[in-house]
Amino acid sequence: MSAQTNGQPHERIGVYVCHCGSNIAGVIDVEEVAQWAADKLGHRGVVIARDYKFMCSSLGQELIERDIVELGLTRVVVAACSPHLHEQTFRTACARAGLNRYLCELVSIREHASWVHTDKRAATEKAKALLAGGVERVAQHAPLEPLRVPIHPATLVVGGGIAGIQAALEIADAGYPVYLVEREPSIGGHMAQFDKTFPTMDCAACILTPRMVSVGTHPNITLLTWSEVTDVKGYVGNFTVTVRRKARYIKTDLCTGCGICQDKCPKKVIDDVFEAGLGYRKAVYTPFPQAVPKYPVIDYDNCIYFQKGTCRACEKLCPTEAIDFEQQDEYLTLDVGNIVLATGFDVMDARRIAQYGYGRLANVFTSLEFERLSNAAGPTNGRIVLRDGVTTPQTVGIIHCVGSRDRNFNNYCSAICCMQSLKFAHLIKERTGATVYNFYIDIRTTAKAYDEFYQHVLEEGTIFVRGRVAEVTDAARLPGEEGKLIIQVEDTLVGRQRRIPVDMVVLSVGLEPRRDSQEVAKLFGISCSANGWIIEKHPKLDPVATMTEGVFVAGCAQGPKDIPSTVAQGAAAAARVLAHIQQKEIALEPIRASVDETKCSGCRICNNLCPFNAITFHEDRMVTEINPALCQGCGTCVAACPAGAISGTVFSNDQVLAQLEGLLLRTVKGMQLEEGVPA
Amino acid sequence: MPKYLFYPGCSLQRSARPYQDSINAVKELIGLELEDVRDWNCCGATEYVAIHHLAAHALVGRNLALAAQQVDGTRTVMAACSACYLNLAKTDSYLRADADLAEQVNTALAAGGLHYTPGTVRVRHLLDIVVNDIGLDTIKSRVVRPLKGLRVAPYYGCMIARPDRDNRWDNVEHPVAMDRLMKALGAEVIDFPMKTHCCGGHMTQINLPVAFELIRRLIHGADQYQADLIVTLCPMCQLNLDAYQADVNRYFNTDYRLPVVYFTQLVGLAFGLEPDRLGLGKEFVDARPALSRIGIELPPAEAAEAEAAVARRARKQKAPAGLPMPRMPNDHEEGQ
Amino acid sequence: MTGSFEPVIIGFTCNWCSYRAADLAGTAREKYPPNIRLIRLMCSGRLDPSFVLKALASGADGVLITGCHPGECHYLEQNYKALRRFLLLRRTLTQLGIEPGRVKLVWASAAEGHRLAQEITTMVEEVRALGPLNWAQAANGFGPEPVSAPAAAEGGAA
Repeated sequence: MSAQTNGQPHERIGVYVCHCGSNIAGVIDVEEVAQWAADKLGHRGVVIARDYKFMCSSLGQELIERDIVELGLTRVVVAACSPHLHEQTFRTACARAGLNRYLCELVSIREHASWVHTDKRAATEKAKALLAGGVERVAQHAPLEPLRVPIHPATLVVGGGIAGIQAALEIADAGYPVYLVEREPSIGGHMAQFDKTFPTMDCAACILTPRMVSVGTHPNITLLTWSEVTDVKGYVGNFTVTVRRKARYIKTDLCTGCGICQDKCPKKVIDDVFEAGLGYRKAVYTPFPQAVPKYPVIDYDNCIYFQKGTCRACEKLCPTEAIDFEQQDEYLTLDVGNIVLATGFDVMDARRIAQYGYGRLANVFTSLEFERLSNAAGPTNGRIVLRDGVTTPQTVGIIHCVGSRDRNFNNYCSAICCMQSLKFAHLIKERTGATVYNFYIDIRTTAKAYDEFYQHVLEEGTIFVRGRVAEVTDAARLPGEEGKLIIQVEDTLVGRQRRIPVDMVVLSVGLEPRRDSQEVAKLFGISCSANGWIIEKHPKLDPVATMTEGVFVAGCAQGPKDIPSTVAQGAAAAARVLAHIQQKEIALEPIRASVDETKCSGCRICNNLCPFNAITFHEDRMVTEINPALCQGCGTCVAACPAGAISGTVFSNDQVLAQLEGLLLRTVKGMQLEEGVPA
Repeated sequence: MPKYLFYPGCSLQRSARPYQDSINAVKELIGLELEDVRDWNCCGATEYVAIHHLAAHALVGRNLALAAQQVDGTRTVMAACSACYLNLAKTDSYLRADADLAEQVNTALAAGGLHYTPGTVRVRHLLDIVVNDIGLDTIKSRVVRPLKGLRVAPYYGCMIARPDRDNRWDNVEHPVAMDRLMKALGAEVIDFPMKTHCCGGHMTQINLPVAFELIRRLIHGADQYQADLIVTLCPMCQLNLDAYQADVNRYFNTDYRLPVVYFTQLVGLAFGLEPDRLGLGKEFVDARPALSRIGIELPPAEAAEAEAAVARRARKQKAPAGLPMPRMPNDHEEGQ
Repeated sequence: MTGSFEPVIIGFTCNWCSYRAADLAGTAREKYPPNIRLIRLMCSGRLDPSFVLKALASGADGVLITGCHPGECHYLEQNYKALRRFLLLRRTLTQLGIEPGRVKLVWASAAEGHRLAQEITTMVEEVRALGPLNWAQAANGFGPEPVSAPAAAEGGAA
């Protein structure tokens, strides 16, 4: 069937309608749609229209490739799933057959039709309209080449927890430079606070500190602790990042890490960060003894010298004169090619749940507080005791799902609390022999060796009560409750309300995104979900990439997960970065705007519209120019130009308006097509 | 002066007379103008709705209809008794949500020549208005005799905060409005864990042992925290905790002597008003010994009684806190 | 044809947020009426107001413009420009005699598949209540009444 000349460029368009098994074909009559394209769109250039079960399969792609070669197709339209899934697949298939990849259009009739409509007739008719839109649009496509940009070999890793450490080490071991930026004085993250890690009961510090030391001594890693990223400019392969190195007030080239300053500092404050509010540190401090780097920092707000002008004991006693009260913040500008965000999590604020009495009842602890209690280097040297610091509890209640799986707080499951609660039960039994109750909704022990651990804890004699705790109170009512904390819970397996007196309550609080995750996301040009977790490119198939090329995410910043998964994601992000670096350049979509200087009248309406500073005005020639390297392809200037002097590739006016014509089936209905589309 | 329509309810005239007296005493000082709903009737308390749903709503509906007729500049109906407040608020919200019920109720009201369009009036509790409309700054400015040294246990009872259809309260399990008010008066507020636990309500008429236990645990809870008195905002709660305290003591062989007063009485004391004017002295468990703590002069006999009461309640030695407690936010900064 | 009027609505989506929201609605199998047909742009800022006019003139009964929430635009602030254009566009449309309810602006993030489906459903009903636009009959230019599909290329179908 030959295409008719119709005043438009002569194109030979191949149409392929996918069944996608029954995902599309179950609702849309795909054979009818293909046949319709052949019949009704023939005068628009369609020379062949096929339907096939799985277009994305190799056989499906071969159909396209063969038709390109044998039928001399100049354009291809595939009606299938979302372009976000398979646009690259079909473009690559076209490229293999010798057709420019940008002459291929993927129309979504799955996510946008078969999956969302129940009326099969209406969905089929809509599929036809969508297909017609694609056919009209593709006729307006122009052959393009991807832009190639060089990849700077350095990488920025933000966050020095286990995820960031893993990513940094892998990239550095491969021979490329890494900047690791960490906001606290030392790397280590939350894992450094833990005592033992499940399910193996490895000591967290023992497995973490060797990695920390590797990071600290690695020739390829520049460790920037007590620092924050303040600005990010550029695009994949070419980011310019500004890092603020907060003043430590310590000269790191002179400091030996001897610790005399910490010992002698007279100002003691509660350590809210590392000790979770349960212990103390000095105004000059390293967060923990194995800190990397070993250099302390001075806490400006609590230092007696900074606040009152006296003391200066550390300065007097430092054997190498490393204290420098005059030190200023330093700003560094770093050029990197890729960024890995590994900023971790915060725990839910248990004070929000008033019924559990955290903050009011002395012996209610959060999970992080308990980690510090059980840690041998913690405020009680590893003795599990009550808030008085002395008494060993005889009975302990551990509450799962505090603020998780709860519509009033966080709807999601925090993934690690069940195993963590079992770990606590095990440690308490081991160290104190106390009676332990675990209050749970479900026991989630999904990964390797997890359920075996649960069975072990069962055998140890921990009592499990299935029920969400209603209240923790000290208001005694029955004999035996005086002086205790009473847990009021419905035991759903027994079918009764129970009041269980305990000495100590541990709340397994849920994980939450960092409090400033929205600001961080904006800084790096990525998005957070409604909850605040960083959004990954695809939840199943691409969990470490973000929508922004060159910015990756690893660890709990993406969602709650345990240490093995965190490490895996850190390694995955590193692999992605290394793939970029080793290719030395990356292909970017050639979606760019450009100015036709002959049409530009110098009105400058577009000049203020570009947030990437890609638009410059030439005073001498009174015309505007767009820098293709900086242009991100949003198209705002294209829409704004009153003279129509700015055109955009891949989403040009011709293409969008042609698609519109097709969607409204005007071409099918045989209407006069406009000559010269409006600007 | 902000004006509100006032629904007094049956208790205020009799068993909760001190509540009414103290409201009248302080209202001008805080700039509260009240206009009684004319010809109001009983709200049905907690019983009627259990007997006949429609009649109960119609009973309340009549009050709403009468108040609606008086809407003029203000459309807020204020109730001081929690049960009255809850009945009026709940009925109004049910009528708003259920057109059939509204129609039936209006049919009943028509017999009396009345009609009520649901949502015409807004129903709020006196505490809500004092804390949110009058504002704690105004209250503080009127305090001449700060209640310094007086340990109060704020007791809200169960009806004021639940159900909270109009989102009047910051936290339905642990509201802090009255805590903040007491702090503004200079009192020392204990963090009373039983603050919204039930006082037993009408269980005193139905099953005395159950009621006694509910009352006992509240008093015991306050006593555990060494409260000097319990401050309430509901006549039912005040009655149960106060009038039945002696019975509870007999039943459990305990010796509690914890007075129970209305928050408006404490407001009045802080404003420098005399106890008699606020209805103090009428309660079963005399509040005046506790009030000696804030410098209220007592006749010598009673003063001796007050000393003895203090001696009886030996202060528990607090164990030295080895580990720091979690830092709590300043209550003034959070919530309503 | 069915008795009730079935409006045709054109929806402009942005690649990063609202198009993904539509995809999410699809993967979540959220149902909405088939009256809407989506066009993908890279950004809501790409939306030339003349696209909207063209859509209405070409047979659409309504246009839904969607983009990222203010503050969350992938290109930082371009959705604000879209908002400015939309406000002016709406005024222009009113002056042309087109009911403002026919053109709607909705912000939807990539996570809001369910919400987008609801917004589409609401808009379809709203436009249905307004009735067909029939621009070609109401206004002068932009083309003749649609004829039935041509069998042969008589006069060349353009």
